Amino acid sequence: MFAYIVRRLAIAVPTLLILVVFSFVLMFAAPGGPFDSERPLPPEVMANVLERYGLDQPYWKQMFDYVKNVVLYFDFGPSFQYRDRTVNDVIAQGFPVTLTYGAWSALVAVVVGVSLGVAAALRQNTWLDYLAVGITIGAQALPNFVMAPLLVLFFTLMPALYFGGPWLPGGGWNGGQWDHVIMPVIALSTSYMASIARITRSSMLETLNSNFIRTARAKGLPMRRVVWRHAMKPAMLPVISYVGVAVVGMITGSVVVDVAFSTGGIGQFFVNSAFNRDYAVIMGITVLVGALTILFNLVVDILYAWLDPKIRY
Amino acid sequence: MTLHSKLLASTAALMIAGAGAAWADGHATHPETGEPLASEQSFSYSIIDDFPSIDPQLVEDVEGSSVARDLFEGLMVENAAGEAVPGVAESFEVSDDGMTYTFTLRENAVWSNGDPVVAGDFVYGLQRAADPETASPYSWYVEVMGVLNAAAVVAGEMPVEELGISAPDDRTVVYQIDAPRPYFPQMTTFPTTFPANRAAVEAGGEDYTSPENFVSNGAYVLSEYVPGEKLTRVRNEMYWDNENTIIDEVTALIINDSNQALTRYLAGELDLVMDVPAGQFPRLSEEYPDEALSFPSSCSYYYLINHTDSGNPALQNADVREALSLAIDRGVIVDNILAGGQKEAYTFTHWAVAGWETPDIDIANMTQEERNAKAQELIAGAGYGTDGEPLTVEILYNTSDSHRSIAVAIGQMWKQTLGVETELANQEWATYLDTRSEQNYQVARAGWCADYNEPSTYLDLFNSASSYNDGKFVNEEIDALLTEAKTAEDAMPIYQQIEQIASEETAILPIYHYASVRMKDENLANWPTENFLQNWYSKDLYITAGE
Repeated sequence: MFAYIVRRLAIAVPTLLILVVFSFVLMFAAPGGPFDSERPLPPEVMANVLERYGLDQPYWKQMFDYVKNVVLYFDFGPSFQYRDRTVNDVIAQGFPVTLTYGAWSALVAVVVGVSLGVAAALRQNTWLDYLAVGITIGAQALPNFVMAPLLVLFFTLMPALYFGGPWLPGGGWNGGQWDHVIMPVIALSTSYMASIARITRSSMLETLNSNFIRTARAKGLPMRRVVWRHAMKPAMLPVISYVGVAVVGMITGSVVVDVAFSTGGIGQFFVNSAFNRDYAVIMGITVLVGALTILFNLVVDILYAWLDPKIRY
Repeated sequence: MTLHSKLLASTAALMIAGAGAAWADGHATHPETGEPLASEQSFSYSIIDDFPSIDPQLVEDVEGSSVARDLFEGLMVENAAGEAVPGVAESFEVSDDGMTYTFTLRENAVWSNGDPVVAGDFVYGLQRAADPETASPYSWYVEVMGVLNAAAVVAGEMPVEELGISAPDDRTVVYQIDAPRPYFPQMTTFPTTFPANRAAVEAGGEDYTSPENFVSNGAYVLSEYVPGEKLTRVRNEMYWDNENTIIDEVTALIINDSNQALTRYLAGELDLVMDVPAGQFPRLSEEYPDEALSFPSSCSYYYLINHTDSGNPALQNADVREALSLAIDRGVIVDNILAGGQKEAYTFTHWAVAGWETPDIDIANMTQEERNAKAQELIAGAGYGTDGEPLTVEILYNTSDSHRSIAVAIGQMWKQTLGVETELANQEWATYLDTRSEQNYQVARAGWCADYNEPSTYLDLFNSASSYNDGKFVNEEIDALLTEAKTAEDAMPIYQQIEQIASEETAILPIYHYASVRMKDENLANWPTENFLQNWYSKDLYITAGE
C-alpha cells in the first residue's frame, strides 16, 4: 500500500507538468493579452509593462521560468491584473475562504445526502422515499445561481423590509463569521447533496437486493445490524467515487457563490483571471486545483481499498 | 513612546474627544449648512470589480481613483462642481507663455506618519509614475499632461530626472510643459500626479499598499483591505484640514453582481450603490424617488465603423454610413432599452462637457420620420437596400446583455427602414479588443470616457495618427484642426467644426451619452452630482441625522 501511494505521488509530478504545459498553450492561443484595454497603451508603455512581467520573452522561456520559480521558490509570480498583489497573495487570501465554506458544504452534502439516500432506500415506495426523492429532484433542478439570490431575498431582504432587520447578512465574509457562512454553504451544498442522495439510494437498493444481504437477513440478523455492518460499506463505493470529485469542486470554490455572496473566495478570481488574461493567476489556481484533484483521487482509491476487500493495490 | 509620538497621541485623543463631544450628542450641525448631523459618520458603498491597484501612480480604474483621492491629496482637488481648487498647493502661477506652472505648497500639509509634505514628494511621485521601472499602465497620463520630456522618460531614453518637474525649494513645485494647456491645473487633481513618500515606497517594496506600510497625505488612511471583499479607510488625524472633515469611516464593498448589490442596499446593508442594473431606474425612481439618482457621466456610446479595406466595402460610401446613422431611432434605445436618464447622441463629445455647446447639425434637429425618409433616399441612391443590392452588415460587440439588446434593436431598425440585414458577432472582452484593434470587423460597439473635462479628450480619437482610432478614420482637415486647437485661444469653435465634419462624413455612429444611475441613502449628503467626471471626495460628504 505504501509503495502504491509513493508511486501515485511520483506520477503526480509529470501529470502536473503536463497540466502546466497544456494550460500555457491554451492561454497563449487565446486572443488578447493581460494589458489590452479599450484604450491601448502607447507602445513604449506597453513595452515597459511587458518587460516587467517577462512577457517579452519567448513562450518556451516564460513557461520554463514559471516552472522553475514554482519548483524552486514556490513563487507563482505577480498578478498582472492586481498590481499590488502576487498570485501567492491571491491564493493565500482567497483559498482559506473557499476551503471554509467548501469543507462545510462537503460535510453537509455528505451527511444529509447519505442519510436521505439510505432512508429512502430502506423505506422504498413509502411516503419517506417519495419525500426524499422529491427533495433531491427539487434541489437538483434549482441551480445555485437561482438559489443564491432567493436565499438573500428570504433571509435578508424580506426580513429587513417586514420584520425589522435581516436574519442573515446578504453577503461579505467578515473573516468567516458563522452568519456569513450559512447561505454560501446552503447554496453550494444543495445540488451536491441531491446527487449524493440519489447515488446512495440506488446503490443501497442494489446492495440490499444482493445475495449476501439476503443471507444475512436469513440468518436472522436485525435490520439495523444488516445495514450498518454489511450493506453500508459496499453501498458507499459509487458514492465515494462521486464525493472525491465533488469535494474538490466544493473546496476550490464556486464562482456563483463568490459572486452572489461577495465572499472574496478563489472561484471568482479564477473566472476573472481568465477574462482578464491574468496568466499568472490562471496558472496558479489551475495548478492548485490540479494538485487537489490528484490528491483526492488518491484518497478515493485508498478508501476504495478499505471499503472493498477485493480491491488490493 | 517618544516625546513626538506622545504629543501626537495626546493631540489625537483630544481631537477624538472634541469630535465626540461635537457629534455624539446628535445636536451637532453642519458648520455651513446648519443641517443636523448623525452621530455616526460612516458609510459604505458597493463597487462591481476589485481594485486593480490603489497605488496612485499605478491606479487605472475609476473606483481605484476614488480611493486614491481619499487617501492622497494632489496639488489641486476638485470641488463639487468639478472645478480645480487648491489642495496641497495653496496657490499657483503660470508663466506668460503658458508653459511653466509654479505651485506653492501649504505649510501645514503632512503625511500620515508626521513627515511634512514637501515639493520633492510631488517630484518623486511624478517621476515614479513615468519611470519605466514602475511600468505604470498610466504613465501615458504624464505624456498627455505635456510634461517636458515625458515621452522620452517613459520610453527609457532619458533618466527620470530629466522630466519637466522640479522642486527649487521644499514649498515650490515647478512644472514645465511642452505647449500651453489652459486645463493643466485640473490635471493635477489626477491620482497619477499625487505625491509619494519615498521612504515608505522603498521600505514597503511589494507590500507598499498594505495598511501598515501605506503612508498617505489625504483626508483618510487605509485601515483594512480584504481583496475581493472590502476596503475600509478611516479619518487621517494628521490631515491639514482634518477639523473640517466630517465623515469618519468609508467602506467599499466589492459586489460583483449589481442585482445583489441593489438587494443589499434595499436591505439596509449599504448606503450607496454605484452600478444599478440597466433598466431598473424607472421602477426605482418611482418607488424610491429620493434615493434613485441619475446624472450625466462622462462616457459616449457609439458604433465604430471600420474604414479600411478589411471592412465592409459598402461602408466606404459616406451615403451608406449616413443612412445607417439616420435609421437608428436613438429615442427608442435611450427611453425603452436603457431608461436611466441617458441622452440621444448625434455627435461624439458628451453634451455635459464643461463649456461645450453641441453644434447645430441637421440630423439632431429632424424627427425620426424625416431621418428615416432621408435614410431611405440615401441608401437607394447608393444602390443598396430594399430595391438595390442586398447589404448585410456585421455588428461586433463584447458580451453583455445591454450591448446585445442595443445591437438587436439597431439591426431591426436597419432592416425595417433600409432593408439592410445584420449579423451579430459576440466576443468576450479581450478577444473583442483584439479583433477591434486589428480591424477584423465591420461595425463594432464602442464606448469612450473622458480623461479630463474638455472636448479633445473625445475628439483626439478622430486623429488619423491616434492609436485609439480603431476605425482608422482619416480626414486631413480634422487632423489640421486638432493641431490648431491645441494652441488656440478659444478652441471651442474649432471643436464644433470637427464635430461638424465628423458628422458629415459619418466617421462613427454616435448612439447615446451615458448617465450614472445610483441608489443613495437620503442622509448621505453633498454627493457631487454636478461633477461631470464623477470624481468624489469623502471629506466633502456628511451624514445628516434622519428620522
